[in-house]
Amino acid sequence: MIRFIIKGLLRDSHRSILPIIVVSLGVMLTVLMNAWITGVMGDSIEFSAKFSSGHVKIMTRSYAENTAQNPIDLSLSNASELEASLNTEYPDLTWVERITFGGLIDSPDENGETKAQGPALGMGIDLLSENSEEIDRLNIRNSLKRGNFPQNPGEVLISEQFSQKLGVNPGDEITLISSTMYGSMAIANFKVSGTVAFGFAAMDRGAVIADIEDIRLALDMYDATGEILGFFNEGYFDRELADALVMDFNEKYSDPNDEFSPQMVSLTDQGSLSMMVSYAENMTGIIAFIFILVMSIVLWNAGLLSGLRRYGEVGLRLAIGEEKGHIYRSLISESVVIGIIGSTTGTMLGLFFAYILQTKGLDISGMMDDAKIMMPTIMRARITTETYYLGFIPGLFSTVLGTMLSGIGIYKRQTAQLFKELET
Amino acid sequence: METQNQISINKLSKHFPVGGGKFTALKEINLNFVEGEFSGLVGPSGSGKTTLLNIIGSLDSPSEGEAIVLGRAISKLSTKASAKLRKEELGFIFQSYNLLPVYTVYENVEFPLLLLNMSATERKNAVMEALDWVGLIPKIKSKPPQLSGGESQRVAIARAMVKKPKLVLADEPTANLDAENSFHILETMLKLNKDLKTSFLFATHDEKVIKYLKRKISLADGMVAKDEYISK
Repeated sequence: MIRFIIKGLLRDSHRSILPIIVVSLGVMLTVLMNAWITGVMGDSIEFSAKFSSGHVKIMTRSYAENTAQNPIDLSLSNASELEASLNTEYPDLTWVERITFGGLIDSPDENGETKAQGPALGMGIDLLSENSEEIDRLNIRNSLKRGNFPQNPGEVLISEQFSQKLGVNPGDEITLISSTMYGSMAIANFKVSGTVAFGFAAMDRGAVIADIEDIRLALDMYDATGEILGFFNEGYFDRELADALVMDFNEKYSDPNDEFSPQMVSLTDQGSLSMMVSYAENMTGIIAFIFILVMSIVLWNAGLLSGLRRYGEVGLRLAIGEEKGHIYRSLISESVVIGIIGSTTGTMLGLFFAYILQTKGLDISGMMDDAKIMMPTIMRARITTETYYLGFIPGLFSTVLGTMLSGIGIYKRQTAQLFKELET
Repeated sequence: METQNQISINKLSKHFPVGGGKFTALKEINLNFVEGEFSGLVGPSGSGKTTLLNIIGSLDSPSEGEAIVLGRAISKLSTKASAKLRKEELGFIFQSYNLLPVYTVYENVEFPLLLLNMSATERKNAVMEALDWVGLIPKIKSKPPQLSGGESQRVAIARAMVKKPKLVLADEPTANLDAENSFHILETMLKLNKDLKTSFLFATHDEKVIKYLKRKISLADGMVAKDEYISK
């Protein structure tokens, strides 16, 4: 009997191939949409991570307490040694040093007198190393509005808005007036190589980006850094991994009695990012739920229609003497087989396209030609553990549920009624 | 010697709910059938012949009275027991053949035997024998869409006969056939009736079928209007 049913299933494309195609497509869309939404929502978190928080960040304990003031006098000493240890002990992350500083930018006229001044928020990053990942990480090259990218020590980028406020153009000199790590006054001259747009007001008002070695020199920060940022090599923030890492690092390195001992914090421990992560996770969940619900209804209906289409066959089988329960079970078994094949195929197809979107991404830079701002121009999908099994909810459960509901009609209808339907 | 009844129908009535009231399809029917009959329920549409055939086939149950088919009281049968009766002892032939289109002629005829848990060899022998009765051995690998109406109905007869049931119920079996095919079909059924002693009970208003009947039970408005044996 099983062979007989399988034979029928294989020969009747309306019972096998078409439902499998419908289920596969539904599951593929569910998987792909889930990965895409997860990726896009995660990108907004990643942008903050890349720009300021890292997936994890190491500062001195006292720096961490006053982080809003960018207190370079509380910076980490022996940064290269600590970074080397981090690279050895935590190779799953990329570690980068950054110095965030405040100060005054003075723009001189042709006589060397002050032409304009403005408060600046500066960021010292690795701009000039051959293998620096920071330039791509911050999408700096694509954010250039005027001038060139710094090629030599002493060259800096400033925000376009700030340059207009100061009346500074690429090629002009500016002076940074700040304080050194040890509290004395720091004055350093830089050449503006170009201007950039950040896309958010706080930075566009008055930001300066300089090579970290230049800033070390200017602020007397030999082998010191304000922060060491860690980025997971997978490219995405993982809350559980980050929490475990923070606990491990702080146990080994942090000393509650030493305010200059290093302390690691996770992305979610910084400002409102915890709320952002929760919001992104919730939104991803809600959107995924809605999509799964819609696909479930579609596939449930497909299962329902498939069952109803076979009322004639059911009538015949009843007339020949097959029991209602046997027919019902065989219809459900068929939908389980179709659900499993369709869900597996759909999940594999969905994962394939999600993988392409995860690795290559969708480049939207073409749409942003006139908006040269420091935001990601490649949107990516993200494959998570849920991506592997989410598609089975609509693919298997909804299809089987649809068949079960349509099959209940077999029980509710009188045998004679089914028999009559056989003749229509 | 008294012949034992294969079917005994006693004061059988059947009502269907219609709106707030009820429609009486059969009213106090009394009929008996013995083994080997070739009989028919005859009458216009709405006379109750299909309803009576369904009750005899245990596809429906009487509202009042009783139908005892092959020793089983239809109104007392559970769903399982009525399925068992149909599976083992009854054969059905339908107006529109109702063959399973994706299966071959052989597989369509084999289907009722799969429910009887017969061995593959027994099944093969029975199927080939049934197809031989209806002259369709050359078509065993064909599928229903490749068959003519007459051939399709012959497959349906083979399917009904393959398990050698005691009783075959045929609802308008020639309604979709032309005169020549109807003749062949009826000749085949008559031969099986003679050779295997299988009883045939038709529900029909087709004159071609009526000419072949040995007993004609005329129904009108749910009642037996006339019950006559026809000598050939």
